[in-house]
Amino acid sequence: MLQIDLWKRVLIWLVCVTGLLLALPNGFYTRVEQANDAAAEIIAKGETPERLEIAGQWPDYLPSSLVNLGLDLRGGAHLLAEVQVEDVYAARMDALWPEVRDVLRPERATVGSFRRQQAPEGEIRLKISKPEGMARALELVRGLASPITSLTGAGANDIEVSGADDIITVQLSEAEKLASNDRTVRQSLEIIRRRIDEVGTREPTIQRQGADRILIQVPGIGSASELKALIGTTAQLTFNPVVGRGSDPDASAGVGNKVVPSIDEPGTYYTIEAAPVVTGEELVDAQPSFDQNGRPAVNFRFNTSGARKFGDYTAENIGAPFAIVLDDEVISAPVIQSHIPGGSGIITGNFTIEESTNLAILLRAGALPAGLDFLEERTIGPELGQDSIDAGKIATVVAFVAVLVFMALSYGLFGIFANVALILNVALIFGFLSLIGATLTLPGIAGIVLTVGMAVDANVLIFERIREELKAGRGPAKAIDEGYSKALSAILDANITTFITAVILFAMGSGPVRGFAITLGMGILTSVFTAIFVTRLMIVMWFERRRPKAIEV
Amino acid sequence: MRLRLVPKETRFDFFSKWKVWVGFSALLMVLSLVSFGLQGLNFGIDFRGGTTVRTESTQAVDVGAYRDAMAPLGLGDISITEVFDPTFEEDQHVAMIRIQAQESGEAISGEVIGKLQAALDTAAPGIKFVSVESVGPKVSGELVQTAILAVALAIAAVLIYIWLRFEWQFALGAVAALVHDVVLTIGIFSALQIKFDLAIIAALLTIVGYSLNDTVVVFDRVRENLRRYKKKALDEVLNLSINETLSRTVMTSVTTLLALISLYVLGGDVIRGFVFAMIWGVVVGTYSSIFVASTILLRLGVKRDWSKKTDTTGNQFSNIDA
Repeated sequence: MLQIDLWKRVLIWLVCVTGLLLALPNGFYTRVEQANDAAAEIIAKGETPERLEIAGQWPDYLPSSLVNLGLDLRGGAHLLAEVQVEDVYAARMDALWPEVRDVLRPERATVGSFRRQQAPEGEIRLKISKPEGMARALELVRGLASPITSLTGAGANDIEVSGADDIITVQLSEAEKLASNDRTVRQSLEIIRRRIDEVGTREPTIQRQGADRILIQVPGIGSASELKALIGTTAQLTFNPVVGRGSDPDASAGVGNKVVPSIDEPGTYYTIEAAPVVTGEELVDAQPSFDQNGRPAVNFRFNTSGARKFGDYTAENIGAPFAIVLDDEVISAPVIQSHIPGGSGIITGNFTIEESTNLAILLRAGALPAGLDFLEERTIGPELGQDSIDAGKIATVVAFVAVLVFMALSYGLFGIFANVALILNVALIFGFLSLIGATLTLPGIAGIVLTVGMAVDANVLIFERIREELKAGRGPAKAIDEGYSKALSAILDANITTFITAVILFAMGSGPVRGFAITLGMGILTSVFTAIFVTRLMIVMWFERRRPKAIEV
Repeated sequence: MRLRLVPKETRFDFFSKWKVWVGFSALLMVLSLVSFGLQGLNFGIDFRGGTTVRTESTQAVDVGAYRDAMAPLGLGDISITEVFDPTFEEDQHVAMIRIQAQESGEAISGEVIGKLQAALDTAAPGIKFVSVESVGPKVSGELVQTAILAVALAIAAVLIYIWLRFEWQFALGAVAALVHDVVLTIGIFSALQIKFDLAIIAALLTIVGYSLNDTVVVFDRVRENLRRYKKKALDEVLNLSINETLSRTVMTSVTTLLALISLYVLGGDVIRGFVFAMIWGVVVGTYSSIFVASTILLRLGVKRDWSKKTDTTGNQFSNIDA
């Protein structure tokens, strides 16, 4: 019969009140956002009177989580990058080459003289002059392999060595390539995150997608190109010995050397040794500064081992030029004037202040282990986002009012109960979304509007059923009770099927589609809750007070 | 006095002309497929790769001038459409420029965008790019696959759920209605050449959900009435069930349409295509749950003899009124 235990009543109202409280901050979006930012700044940078004042705009005892606004509502940039994981293979092989050389050298008597040959990227090929020593040479080179420690690659070695006639080929094994790819993507993700954090923007999304992709969404940034300038450069800084200088990009470099262009002097090419003296990995700090002529420059400092290498090299090569190379382009190639101990130095070039600041950020955050290809780029201007929010707001309000009026006209008092539930329903959706920190997108707003339309469905099912029961001659209490229990299976079946599609959308979709799936799914949960519990409770409470002899639905 | 869209009691016969309805639906589906075969869909960049730029200017859009300004850049196939919307300000002139996918697998470069902006600035000084979206052909291919997979998965999941809760005949009827709705929606997008992008897939899935919602409510009543009136002929039971739920069907469709129409008119042009798909879906979904799903159920027939066999074969939940 029409009875609901007290504890259930308390629980139902508690859920509603919690939902309302959680949704409340979204009603004062700008104010709460400013207060949250100020509170975060106080933690990060300490208290100032202004920050305290702004943080005080929103009382501590109220919840302060907000629904995140998606890029399409706030404006910002979205990039989908593919990490060029193969880039790493070549560097690994170049690093391996000196080791190969060192193990073979003492065995010249058996293997003869040996030379590195031209080979595809990611392979070492070397030719030995005594093919009869092949077995011994292979044994030595294989001795350099180390077992892989990853779970999937257990038991395999990191390199594969094979010999044919007088050629030895060394390359990474398949298992090591997989492990290396995973490492590369994870490193890239971390470095992108550091670079974006250095710029300090609000709530960026940096996510791995699939095996070798990274999704980057930064609200509030002007354009995708700006974002690309920040994360698109690998920023591999190396200091290489200079072998020669010329104007021919196709000059034969010789094995172990490479030809790279100069940034500042078009048409000039440097031949440099491919193996660097020191790399940017050994930097501990980089700051924008100015050189003695007042031009923008970048100051840097090496860690101990980098400082030693740099110091030793400069001591031994006074008078020789060395190149400062960034991503295979020579920034500058000064002549070493004196021994540089202490491991700090300055990079000068034709920088603007902006460029030197950017370069310092990139060097501090570290180099990307591999290049990035951008597969998807989206920039949404803040004006368009604001227009969408405004339009969405108006549309939601109108939709809301239309449905409220229609329900009240159709079902009278019961319609008004349903309307209260509908308002609670939308508040609950917002409360939930804030609680889990979900992102509201434009299709998400559409999802909410759709929910407004569909949420009444459960109530309609119940009310129609009550009407039928009344028509069948049952008393008011019995009719209400039967109406609820008989409509339940239809409500559950109908909503579970819709919920299934929302889950699939969430799992398969991306970005805005996901936002839609979340609001739709949430809407289904809350609308079932409000229909089965909240309107019922309201009806029961009304019924207990009035005890009507007859009801009209 | 209550507002009533459907009279208190209705006794429509929904199956007397079932051949006409089935023929009508079949005809529409064939037309949809023909349109799809002949002119295909107007795929957005999500599915075809390429770049769209939304421009905003205080001067009226001159498509010819834009085109001439961009011609020297050699970007390949370019389409320019002016966008009109009641929510725009008076001096807000919006155009969408679409550029075909470039040769490489990557998105368009910032450099090209810069050149484009410079070129258009000569045609319409002070023009702003309010959004630039670029998708490389490599990703777009994958998006197509994922989208098709999502729709197929949704239909399959639902088929299984209904099969568990009801009987297989119900599941087939519901899925036939779903396929009908999806085909008709794709058909109208093809016929009117409305832009078909990722959001439309979301709309398609919502239509799947909505249409199902409707179908399930009718079927739920059919199941109940089958148990109550063991002697009645199936078509009578179906007719009775549809008539009993008709008021609810109309109410829910109307409230949903009210909400969607306000979004269609006031929600701005960015999501108009999306909302259009849903409106169409609600109309078609309501129609199909009565005329397609139920008709198929009628033709397939349902096992009526509940007394002899236990309820647990293949539908162990069917007896549970949740």
